[in-house]
Amino acid sequence: MRVMADAPAPAPATLSSTAGTPVPAVELIDITKVFPGVIANDHISLSVLPGEVLCLLGENGAGKSTLMSILSGLYRPDEGRIRVDGSDVRIDSPRRGRDLGIGMVHQHLSLIPTLTVLENLMLGSNKGIILDEKTARTRIADLASTLGITVDADARAGSLALGQQQHVEIIKALWKGSKVLILDEPTSMLTPQGIAELQKVLVELKTSGLAIIFITHKLHEAIAIGDRVTILKQGRVVGTIGPEILRSSTPQQLQRRIVATMFGEEADEVADVAELREDLEGHRVRRTMSETPLLELVGVSAPGHHGQYGVSDVSLAVRGGEILGIAGVDGNGQRALAEVIAGQRRPSAGDIRLAAASIVKLTVSSRQRLGLRYVTDDRLGEGVVRPFAVGMNLVLKRIGDKPFWRRGTIDRVAINATARELIAQFDIRTPSSETRIGKLSGGNIQKALLARELSFQPRVVVFSKPTHGLDVRTIAMVRERIRELAGRGVATVVISTDLDELIDLSDRVAVLFEGKIAGIVDNGPGAETRIGELIVGAQAA
Amino acid sequence: MTAPATTQTAVLAEPTAPGRLASIADSLIRSIGPIILAFLACGLILLVLGRDPIAFYEDIVTAGLLRPSGLQDSITRMAPILLIGVGLIVVFRATLWNLGSEGQYLLAAAMVAGLGPIVLDTVPAPLGWVVLMLVAMAVGAGWTLIPALLKAIYGMNEIITTLMMTFIGVGLANLFVKGPFKGTSMVPQTAVIPKGMMLLDLPVTRVHVGVIIALVVVVIVHLALTRTSFGTRLDVLGANPRAAVHLGINVPRLIVLAFVISGALIGLAAAVDILGIFGYMRADWNPAYGLKVIPLVFLARLNALALIPFAAFFSVVSIGGEYAARQAGLPSDFLLLVVGLILIFMVATQYFSDKRARGERIVPRRRKASA
Ligand SMILES: Nc1ncnc2c1ncn2[C@@H]1O[C@H](COP(=O)(O)OP(=O)(O)OP(=O)(O)O)[C@@H](O)[C@H]1O
Ligand SMILES: [Mg+2]
Repeated sequence: MRVMADAPAPAPATLSSTAGTPVPAVELIDITKVFPGVIANDHISLSVLPGEVLCLLGENGAGKSTLMSILSGLYRPDEGRIRVDGSDVRIDSPRRGRDLGIGMVHQHLSLIPTLTVLENLMLGSNKGIILDEKTARTRIADLASTLGITVDADARAGSLALGQQQHVEIIKALWKGSKVLILDEPTSMLTPQGIAELQKVLVELKTSGLAIIFITHKLHEAIAIGDRVTILKQGRVVGTIGPEILRSSTPQQLQRRIVATMFGEEADEVADVAELREDLEGHRVRRTMSETPLLELVGVSAPGHHGQYGVSDVSLAVRGGEILGIAGVDGNGQRALAEVIAGQRRPSAGDIRLAAASIVKLTVSSRQRLGLRYVTDDRLGEGVVRPFAVGMNLVLKRIGDKPFWRRGTIDRVAINATARELIAQFDIRTPSSETRIGKLSGGNIQKALLARELSFQPRVVVFSKPTHGLDVRTIAMVRERIRELAGRGVATVVISTDLDELIDLSDRVAVLFEGKIAGIVDNGPGAETRIGELIVGAQAA
Repeated sequence: MTAPATTQTAVLAEPTAPGRLASIADSLIRSIGPIILAFLACGLILLVLGRDPIAFYEDIVTAGLLRPSGLQDSITRMAPILLIGVGLIVVFRATLWNLGSEGQYLLAAAMVAGLGPIVLDTVPAPLGWVVLMLVAMAVGAGWTLIPALLKAIYGMNEIITTLMMTFIGVGLANLFVKGPFKGTSMVPQTAVIPKGMMLLDLPVTRVHVGVIIALVVVVIVHLALTRTSFGTRLDVLGANPRAAVHLGINVPRLIVLAFVISGALIGLAAAVDILGIFGYMRADWNPAYGLKVIPLVFLARLNALALIPFAAFFSVVSIGGEYAARQAGLPSDFLLLVVGLILIFMVATQYFSDKRARGERIVPRRRKASA
């Protein structure tokens, strides 16, 4: 009905199609979008039926987010048409998109940090000036319970862990009763349980007639959730797997098929991806570890910020060459733990030691100089400086150091040379080293972040969700690098909500629950179940 | 929004030649466009007031640019504007708002005017100038210290604290001029520096060397901001303060340093004015540069070199404008109207071109009635 207001005369083609096949909820026809130096979308056509989940897959920078931003009204296409319920529409603003019933959860979260969850949600609704708080609260509670999550309506959005913010974003997209729901990598920060919950919700939503477009890099998710899978590569559709094949093939067959389409000739490199392997255990290599711990936390406590969990009385020891995983639902003190090690947050008690020497009083930069690195999970919030060039961002932790600054003056040639090397080494897809980093795709920003930290001789590295937002091939590459790093004797801490990742990488896994270490599990047969129990807070036996 | 956007242009260097040309053209339009619009709007106001806009603008150009004496005055006027301008650019690039330039300027001016006659009487003039300039810089810098430390340590809003320090600074400057620094005359003003001990004029002009000092300082500040690690750190802090912490930048120290440099440059402006033009300070005197320089700094998009043409333009308009306003029988405050209009049009131009860059319509679509 809302659509009619904008496009009064339905095209005859629509009438004929109603007779045969159902009318797609949305149809993108020949969409092209060009950015300086890249064709992000190159004549892409796809459609989604009501009651259907379409999964969009594709390597980092393939053009998924751009295409969805066009559909939701954030970008305007250079060419092509969009039809909603069979009529041509012009979606020239996000508001127009919302009015047409298109809800989107963006890859990078967009809540207003200073407002509460309630205020954020009520903002999005833009129905009338007087906002009905009570109705809103009920609606939050309803949506949260359907989603099987808990949301504090009065918490300031900025104080929530990223995983929790993602929950709020999903509620926000559903808030207005969408017809089409776009989820751009909604699971990148959820635990396996969270993903299972979300999956149930999606099934419910689609039975109620919603059309869902789901972007993910996790093949098993696409196979489990999608009714159809469309694969993009370099801005084009390179393959679609229909419902029949999805239903009749085994997950292994499908995964191989998807990977082959996504990467073509290079698919072999990916054969090693954890997802594609049946036995994870067999892959783990024994590394030689140092006798004494390289990084040590002794009874460390630190306050949480804005009602988030801090850490209390955490003691950990990581040996050189060891990979210690930190599991837990996002928001259980992970950020505090990482920041306390990196020096960004002052502990209220306890000691932190690097190679037996206390570093607890040192500043962030002195710790960096000792070889301590922290790969933050908040890549846009604090990881990169968006208006700066990719090249500059790659050396930002070495401001003033040789060879990038000589006798106090910047040497752009040296910066660009190093940048080009790292760009090639980490396969960062960017038009040039001078492109602003904010213009890269999410996964490519993540690659840049990793490139910055993994170069320049680290001794201890704390990774927070190192592979979130990366495509399968890059995940394989990054995990290999983390292993290599440990192989060179680096003490490595990997904080992740992705249990598979931790099982794949870690020697031991510590579980954070409400700011405390709930238990430490040696990785090996049965570890997964044990960790799973600890994550949800079952008593350590 | 304006400030971060400006830092962005500093790093925007798309590699392709047509891209660079387009971006230069774009920033020209964005900078000059508002000025033209402001003059058009002002012309309309003049018409409404029953004045002849053409004659008014002619007067400005004649008195501020074409007459040799006017031209020299215009050039001289550039010195304090440039120095205060770069002083503001240093902090604004880090999105730190030093809005207390008036307090810093007047307090430094009072010190120079009060101590000037004594210092220049005891040491040779060139040495005296250097000493007095250093004193002015120290006073200007010192006056930013309290807001800077409060911001650095407690994160206290520097907009409020610098404004409050201005009230105190202005009051204190007047107290000095009326009290300890009062000269022998009846009027509440300092003793006058003898003509022969003022800053030298450039050969065959009435333009003092302070202008050269200012230009050199502008170039130095520009290099410091664009080439050194200090400049990079300021830009990081300005564009993403949380990233600054994550990257290991000593943020409190950087904040204090930026404020101190800012205050010192503003103090230097005061020294140059007193030693180059005025030679003394009267109580309750206040050229109120702060308000006028802030828009210029944004027009120049926080680029120190780009400030030079805007400062020149503004000097001509203000020197010529004083004359033109007198001729037209308007108060000299009329010029503030022009500046205000330029600022408004600048903000509008920026807003609409951003909007167009995002591919949105400039004119909002009329929302059709729908259920
Ligand atoms: N605003 C922009 N300006 C310039 N280039 C852009 C912009 N947004 C995206 N691009 C470019 O378009 C291409 C596609 O980006 P997009 O974000 O759509 O990729 P994606 O498939 O979502 O990747 P990822 O899996 O990493 O999120 C990339 O090369 C990116 O650099
Ligand atoms: Mg994306």
